[in-house]
Amino acid sequence: MNWITNYVRPKINSMLGRPDRDVPENLWIKCPETGEMVFHRDLEENKWVIPASGYHMKMPAKARLKDLFDDGVYEALQQPKVAQDPLKFRDSKKYTDRLKESRTKTDLEDTIVAGVGKVRGVKLVAVVHEFSFMAGSLGIAAGEAIIKAFERAIAEKCPLVMFPASGGARMQEGILSLMQLPRTTVAVEMLKEAGLPYIVVLTNPTTGGVTASYAMLGDIHLAEPGAEICFAGKRVIEQTIREKLPEGFQTSEYLLEHGMVDMVVKRHDIPETLARLLKILMKKPAAASVTNGAVAIAAQ
Amino acid sequence: MHNYLDFEKPISDLEGKIHELKKLKEEDESIDTSDEVGRLEVRAREAMADIYSKLSPWQKTQVARHPQRPHFLDYARQLFEEFTPLAGDRKFAEDEAIQAGLGRFRGEAVAIIGQEKGNDTKSRLKHNFGSARPEGYRKAIRVMEMADRFGLPVITLIDTAGAYPGIGAEERGQAEAIARSTEMCLNIRVPIVSVVLGEGGSGGAIAIATGDRVYMLEHAIYSVISPEGAASILWRDSTRAKEAASNMKITAEDLKGFGIIDGIIPEPVGGAHRDPAAVIGRTGDVIAAAIKELSAKPGDQLRKDRRQRYLNIGRQL
Repeated sequence: MNWITNYVRPKINSMLGRPDRDVPENLWIKCPETGEMVFHRDLEENKWVIPASGYHMKMPAKARLKDLFDDGVYEALQQPKVAQDPLKFRDSKKYTDRLKESRTKTDLEDTIVAGVGKVRGVKLVAVVHEFSFMAGSLGIAAGEAIIKAFERAIAEKCPLVMFPASGGARMQEGILSLMQLPRTTVAVEMLKEAGLPYIVVLTNPTTGGVTASYAMLGDIHLAEPGAEICFAGKRVIEQTIREKLPEGFQTSEYLLEHGMVDMVVKRHDIPETLARLLKILMKKPAAASVTNGAVAIAAQ
Repeated sequence: MHNYLDFEKPISDLEGKIHELKKLKEEDESIDTSDEVGRLEVRAREAMADIYSKLSPWQKTQVARHPQRPHFLDYARQLFEEFTPLAGDRKFAEDEAIQAGLGRFRGEAVAIIGQEKGNDTKSRLKHNFGSARPEGYRKAIRVMEMADRFGLPVITLIDTAGAYPGIGAEERGQAEAIARSTEMCLNIRVPIVSVVLGEGGSGGAIAIATGDRVYMLEHAIYSVISPEGAASILWRDSTRAKEAASNMKITAEDLKGFGIIDGIIPEPVGGAHRDPAAVIGRTGDVIAAAIKELSAKPGDQLRKDRRQRYLNIGRQL
């Protein structure tokens, strides 16, 4: 592989009708904050964080799991079978067509991608929302996948780490999407009663029904920098109160200030932070090098 | 006089005529209008029965939001003796959108929680139109926790367009308050019986509606988003609310079909506001039967069954 294959291959693939799902359509990605253009491979290598500005782009769910688990090794959990389109819903499009499109686009059954593996030696179940699947919205499929993931963590006697990224409840499933709030809450309670830690890593964006259930019920809440985290969206609030919202409203940093998250953590530091917290909660010995570091800090 | 809804025009025409005839008789005793009045009354009743037997989801939405529909405090007055509202979340403030307190229900000590919308400008402002802030949910959590410790069954009466979307509500953790309130519903070891009286508006409703048994009034609606909100998000056109109301499947019958609610409480012909005492009494009967049945179970079993009830939702569709 050289720079020519880097640039040319996707185009040939598309001419041959072989879409390569790993390569985004735009090879250059613009930083939403500074406008800087970043080559997609550089962005991927930096975990979808713009190198110069530090802006955290949305990270594909599978890439998140691969990055999180030691050596990228994990067992993927299967999406449980659930009812499709119970409302026979259509807005400007049929819901079944929307599902089909999202499935083709993402190569996933629904928004939840989950796996079990080790993070810095700590076994855990990780659950990630793929935002590009219908805005990470929570419906029956996601609810069931989340419940199964919690059950797996209980069976493995290991913690669960949740990475929500969601526009909220899936409108196309109506009241059944709302029912995923109590359903997923039952799963959280079962894990807690099994004495196992539950950590939420809030990523951009986490809103609506997802925030109003499992995303706000963690023992510990981490948040990636600059993520939008809220219950009601900005537009709804502006329409209700008819005034402009304050600068930085509903960001990770704002939630930290208002007591809703424990810390804002850069993406590169998340695996280490999770492992450190989970080892303490589960009374496991710290890794040798970390112990030395802690001793060194304590001695200073 | 009644506030007539747009689809009630045939009823309002007939009732208007009846009113005129009665007035005529009052003015001039010699005119005998009783036959005509009787005939018109029969026709008005028939028109009402006809219209109300086939309400569309959007029409039900209008009935559920009717300004004269009986609200939480009407139920509290008729159903509970010694109803004693409690105030405050012990953290920040009192929120009168949610009423929560203690009382006696048909002789039994209970805890009562619900949203009150208000019935005139002053009371609507006082209760924030039934849209609660985090403090309302945290007060509900407080009262549920107390009910659990003292072994009191919890009755929740739901009537809200949704939790309040405001700056203060967001900065004080509206989402967290709702999540914790749902969690508390799922954790208590006492019976919890919920009735959707009018509007069951999304997260703001589920926070106190996660009961062992959930009922809806015949013309109540329960939805993940208001028809207007759905229309504005899905069609980018809020005027298509009528269509959204049908597509979203928000009626009591729809929810019974999905296995989400346990029963439908019939309303008088013409809606709850045409005979509040009757519908409130009927609601009381349904709640009493549910509490009686649930009270026979030990607390741990109740909680286990409640959780299983929610896990089962949607699995058989």
